[in-house]
Amino acid sequence: MPDTPLPTLKAKDFSSDQDVRWCPGCGDYSILNAVQRVCANIGATRENSVFISGIGCSSRFPYYMDTYGFHTIHGRAPGFVTGVKMANPDLDIWMITGDGDGLSIGGNHLMHLLRRNVNVNAMLFNNRIYGLTKGQYSPTSETGKKTKSSPMGSLDFPINPLSLALAAEATFVARSTDKDRGLVGVLERAAGHKGASFVEIYQNCNIFNDGAFVFATGKDVREDNVLYLEDGKPMIYGKDSNKGLRLVGNRPEVVNLDDNGVSEDDLLFHDESNKPMAEMLADLHYPDFPEVMGVLFREERPTYEGLLHDQVDAAKEKKGEGTLEALFNAGDTYEVE
Amino acid sequence: MATETTPNGAAAANARNSAVVRFAGDSGDGMQLAGTQLTDTSAILGNDVATLPDYPAEIRAPAGTVAGVSGFQVNFAAEQIFTPGDVVNALIAMNPAAFKAHYKDVEPGGIIVVNETEFSKTNLKKAGYEPGYNPIEDEAIDQQYKIYKVPITKLNQEALKDTGMSPKDVNRCKNMYALGIVYWLFDRSLDITIRHLNETFAVRKKRPEVAEANIKALKAGYFFGETAEMFPVRYAVAKAPIPTGKYRKVTGNEALAMGLITASKLAGKSLHYCTYPITPASDILHYLAPAKNYGVKTFQAEDEIAAMCAAIGVGFAGQLGVTGTSGPGLALKGEALGLAVMTELPVVVVNVQRGGPSTGLPTKTEQSDLWQAMYGRNGDCPAVVIAPQSPGDCFNAAIEAARIALTRMMPVVLLTDGYIANGSEPWRVPTESDFEPIEITHASYTPTGEKDDPGFAPYTRNENLTRPWGIPGTPGTEHRVGGLEKANGTGSVSYDPTNHQTMTRIRAEKVNRVQNMVPDIEVQGDEDADLLVLGWGGPYGSILTAVNNIREQGKKVATTHLRYLSPMPKNLGDVLKKYDKVLIPELNNGQLRLILRGKFLCDARGLNKIQGKPFLVEEIEQAIELLLSGEWGDAEALYPVDGNVDVNAQALTV
Repeated sequence: MPDTPLPTLKAKDFSSDQDVRWCPGCGDYSILNAVQRVCANIGATRENSVFISGIGCSSRFPYYMDTYGFHTIHGRAPGFVTGVKMANPDLDIWMITGDGDGLSIGGNHLMHLLRRNVNVNAMLFNNRIYGLTKGQYSPTSETGKKTKSSPMGSLDFPINPLSLALAAEATFVARSTDKDRGLVGVLERAAGHKGASFVEIYQNCNIFNDGAFVFATGKDVREDNVLYLEDGKPMIYGKDSNKGLRLVGNRPEVVNLDDNGVSEDDLLFHDESNKPMAEMLADLHYPDFPEVMGVLFREERPTYEGLLHDQVDAAKEKKGEGTLEALFNAGDTYEVE
Repeated sequence: MATETTPNGAAAANARNSAVVRFAGDSGDGMQLAGTQLTDTSAILGNDVATLPDYPAEIRAPAGTVAGVSGFQVNFAAEQIFTPGDVVNALIAMNPAAFKAHYKDVEPGGIIVVNETEFSKTNLKKAGYEPGYNPIEDEAIDQQYKIYKVPITKLNQEALKDTGMSPKDVNRCKNMYALGIVYWLFDRSLDITIRHLNETFAVRKKRPEVAEANIKALKAGYFFGETAEMFPVRYAVAKAPIPTGKYRKVTGNEALAMGLITASKLAGKSLHYCTYPITPASDILHYLAPAKNYGVKTFQAEDEIAAMCAAIGVGFAGQLGVTGTSGPGLALKGEALGLAVMTELPVVVVNVQRGGPSTGLPTKTEQSDLWQAMYGRNGDCPAVVIAPQSPGDCFNAAIEAARIALTRMMPVVLLTDGYIANGSEPWRVPTESDFEPIEITHASYTPTGEKDDPGFAPYTRNENLTRPWGIPGTPGTEHRVGGLEKANGTGSVSYDPTNHQTMTRIRAEKVNRVQNMVPDIEVQGDEDADLLVLGWGGPYGSILTAVNNIREQGKKVATTHLRYLSPMPKNLGDVLKKYDKVLIPELNNGQLRLILRGKFLCDARGLNKIQGKPFLVEEIEQAIELLLSGEWGDAEALYPVDGNVDVNAQALTV
């Protein structure tokens, strides 16, 4: 290895030579740009970065990164992530999944990846539709959604990715959108978190589900519908920063700070270490409430691969490094003369 | 038969060449432990040994019922043996259900020791006997066998009454009492089992009182045999003429686990065993999980699919990834296994076969996953398939599987079965220098710095068509792999029609070129015979014994064994051509037979047993006789029924 420090990489240095083949106007483009910027900002190296995905539009992501990449099979990226991380804990792993890949066929694996706290940055691109198979409803589609496979409206009740991640004991849970100025910051914090970080990204599919997140991304409306969480700060939002969230009894309520008798001190203050509050925030839905963006929850917990390697080290220390001679001669041996 | 005086001088012992002893009782009666102890003791005393555990699928089926009977058969011999034995010389039946399930396997005139205490009205009823009937009072049965009625439960209670242990704990020692009787009957030393009991209970579990009680029960059983004057003779089985050296007894699963660790050390890679518990493969995990000081990492995944994916991820990251399962699990792993074929990554997939389809017979043996291992994936998706032939051979096969996977960049399926996985035999302890290292070079690439630098090309190939193994963490070899078709050379996603055809042929040819690591098959027996008996996997021992027996009668027959199912050895076609008749005994409905018929246009006939049990030597002998005499006729396959291969009893009874 050369001793000279490697030149700092720029965002474009993480771009591979492959033509990006998402539909023009797809929200995935801006997420790709954001991730490449994050890689540059955090000083990532190409050789230590591994992008692992399942199947779906979003899962083409690894082909467009000039790093190591593995485009695996539908829903199973978490298994590959766990294997790679066990074999080499020093790698920076990014996992890309979608609402179909991660919550439908791969729902089981996502849950276990999170509870084990494998050190990975998991990004779930949620466009509330199946794009690659051309427009069927997904596990996050709203009930009654009319699609090719649900002409009379979908019967399924949608799942909430953030609630699922929290219930699965993820140690870092956040949300952003493909058009959000905060996306880079959220992903940087996810990358800095040691453990399984889960970031849901509202992503527009302009072909099959255009405008699904207009309430949260539309220039004119988003500020009135989205609340940016900041640790230790009161929960204020709105175009005029005059709306807030407070608890009345044990229920959240939207209040107007312009109203008499309501002050900042009455509002909820965000605390990233407060899991019950995170669970409540994850469950706030437009239009009754603002939808929260940013880091909902964060805690420190040992990583799976770290604990695994610790056990190996402890066993070696206790029993001594195993040799083949010891292996062959373990148990009851006897001589035949 | 020679009669000799035993060291303790108490009674004369008749020498015999071998003895097949079967312990049978409730699944909670400790029969597996008693059987294992007889095996270990006999191996250490210098016998050749082979075992056949047989346990129910239910952890605790209702006590006393036939469904809950657990058995363990040991064959120990003064000669080389390859099977646990067709017929039982001595059966220990701990209750009426055990008697009912097993007594018919005992040879005429053979010994049956019954635990008389348990032959109560209630237990006879639980075993499904008619009211008022007791088989051990049945004169017809009594005339057929030498039945010894010993009130084992009661005598054991009596022997342990002063230990202060609870009645439940006392009763748990009755397997040792029964073992003591067997040790007396077959003139075995108690020392090895006493040592084992002390190590297990006194040292490891810190319960010296349990060790003491078990040892007391063992001795009491032995002394009962000595003093009761119930047994007219005892038997002695002398040492077997096995090659000198250091040995230990291994089961197939244990040997396989050791083989994987050995391979990892030979390759300088750490072993990652990623799996989901499934019978009968779980013991591999149980063996590897405590082996962390060998650098072994075990991952109990959330399901079979995740286990397979993790093992491939390990290979992608540059280490040795292995997954283990049984038939239903292999079905779940199929898609990911296809990805390993497509991305040309090293991974070893162990499939300990059991009775299928679906959940099938989880605790019983079968060889019915051959097609699944060879073809059970979407697309043209070839993989290397190796099947070990005996418990000890699982060790070598595991090393070979890892060597091929790591040096040829491809998945390898290791097909064992419940019979060899749970069976055991003496295994000669090797030394490290017996093995060639597994040499691996990881790819490197130095960017030219030019604008037209093509970069690292992950799908270039050497003379074996192996692609370079570039691993994350290495600057210069950054690349992307995935399930989409790859352009040969660059590895970029390619939908080019000609490239897809080329790549499909390359994937097949890659497997074929493993032939240069596969030894030619060797024919044993009469080269000029008309009949070749060809086997694979677990039936090896039964086939070899049957062929040897037939040849001893002066008849000509040859045999050979396929360890490599894919690719097959280079000379297999030429060998098959030399024989007019080919018999393939398989524990399935003719899977290898169809493959060899298709591949070599060979009129192979099958002996197909699908009963969840290994072949009896006798069954294979009968099939050979039928083919030699011409009585076999035109049937493509025959099925044994109740131990008989009868051309007139082949109709499907529905």
